[in-house]
Amino acid sequence: MEPSDHTAAIRLENVSVAYRVPHERIGTLKEYVIRWAQRRVKYEKFLALHNVSLTINRGEIVGLIGHNGAGKSTLLKLISRVLTPTSGRVWVCGKVAPLLELGAGFHPELTGRENIYLNGAILGYTRREMDQKAERIIDFAELGEFIDAPIRTYSSGMWARLGFAVATDSKPDILILDEVMSVGDEAFQRKSEARMRSYFEMGATILLVSHNMDTIEKLCTRAVWLDHGVIKSAGSPQETILEYRGMQLA
Amino acid sequence: MNSDHTIYDSASKISPAIDELREAFKYRELVYQLTRRDILTRYKRSVLGIAWTMLNPLGMMLVLTFAFSKIFRFETAGSYSTFVLSGLIVWNFFSQTTTACMNSLVWGGGLFQRIYIPRATFAISSMFTGVVNWLFSLVPLLAIILVIEKNLPWTVITFPLVLLLLIAFSLGVGLLLSAMGIYFPDVVEMYQIILTAWMYLTPIIYPETVVPDQFLWVFKLNPMYYFVKLFRYAVLDGELPASADLVPAAAFSLVVLVVGWVIFSYKSKEFAYRA
Repeated sequence: MEPSDHTAAIRLENVSVAYRVPHERIGTLKEYVIRWAQRRVKYEKFLALHNVSLTINRGEIVGLIGHNGAGKSTLLKLISRVLTPTSGRVWVCGKVAPLLELGAGFHPELTGRENIYLNGAILGYTRREMDQKAERIIDFAELGEFIDAPIRTYSSGMWARLGFAVATDSKPDILILDEVMSVGDEAFQRKSEARMRSYFEMGATILLVSHNMDTIEKLCTRAVWLDHGVIKSAGSPQETILEYRGMQLA
Repeated sequence: MNSDHTIYDSASKISPAIDELREAFKYRELVYQLTRRDILTRYKRSVLGIAWTMLNPLGMMLVLTFAFSKIFRFETAGSYSTFVLSGLIVWNFFSQTTTACMNSLVWGGGLFQRIYIPRATFAISSMFTGVVNWLFSLVPLLAIILVIEKNLPWTVITFPLVLLLLIAFSLGVGLLLSAMGIYFPDVVEMYQIILTAWMYLTPIIYPETVVPDQFLWVFKLNPMYYFVKLFRYAVLDGELPASADLVPAAAFSLVVLVVGWVIFSYKSKEFAYRA
């Protein structure tokens, strides 16, 4: 497709996301029909993102900073295809692994193994791919013989480990992280960090949201500061963080 | 580095209906996994398991047989029990799968706001779950026909055709309902009322012959009228489907499925905007 200069992984062109917030909450069809008949259906537009343009190249590690409600999560949702922009264009090249929801769709009555296949399918993998991944995933999640027990018997740590293992089994082209993950005990955290780092080194593109400026400064090659749905500044992490902090103090 | 199919472009010129079709096919493993999950979890924890699926229409049959062949007395060609059971089984498939379609989207919608999945996979998998359950409920029906009528017409082999049309029609209705149910949860409640009315307006518990001639045209506008009739041809009457019934049934199925799919895929992009 056309916007492919060969280095871009993600391109946003004048992207806006407008949520329609009804003046009064209309919850039912009955109410809606009555209101509509009375010509009283009015909406207010809430712009979660306003004319955002951003290009992220392959292999970049980009940190998103900004207040709560600045539009960071909305931006991640656009890139992971959960939201379609109200206007503008979102273009993404490569397989996106959204590590926002580890173990999304796990069913407590199914066994660990069955849930691996279910979760894998939710992430868009085929049966054949999952057959190849299953043993590696079980190994990484350190579940041993529990793998054939229903996961309602799992501890929350085991649950999270399994979710992480499925989502990160193969290197994605684009990795989306909301806040820095802490999964399982210390040993498993080290293991998961090592895996993340190896993906950085293998050239995955990373998008990261964090309120911890040290993390952003340490990990990222670029930082983007979002404020009220607009990009306030973007550039080297140090400078952007400095600006962001200056704004907060002022 | 990457093949073209991993490119996502929100400004793509492909029509949403085609795009959704393509994506649903790509996620066919998910359709399988969701269907498997729904069937396994339904039967895993209940003692009677699969028997429930069979007992429900049987119970209805017993009550209705008592009410309408002993008290009201409807004249049917064969026995009233097999007549009403065959009608109920078709109706149950339709009412259960369309409701399940809508519920899986309205209540299972949380997943859509967290991760990308083609929305139609949920509707399609509830349809497959319905088909599997339905095939179970077919066992007691065929057994009862054999016991009461003492034979099973050979035309029973044509029932997959009826099923196929019924699936297409139900999926179309289910998709339309889902598209509405996402915006207005009360559609779920309202639909239950409509279903009750709709059932009594379809010749399920009474034979078509009791309908006065001047009202017959109303019945012919009802798609379910044809599906019930075609199914009874196949399993009871031993007749091949007449084109006067087959053509309208196929037309309704096709039109409703296409309209449902197109509206659903256009609307599904907005689903994640609904908190």
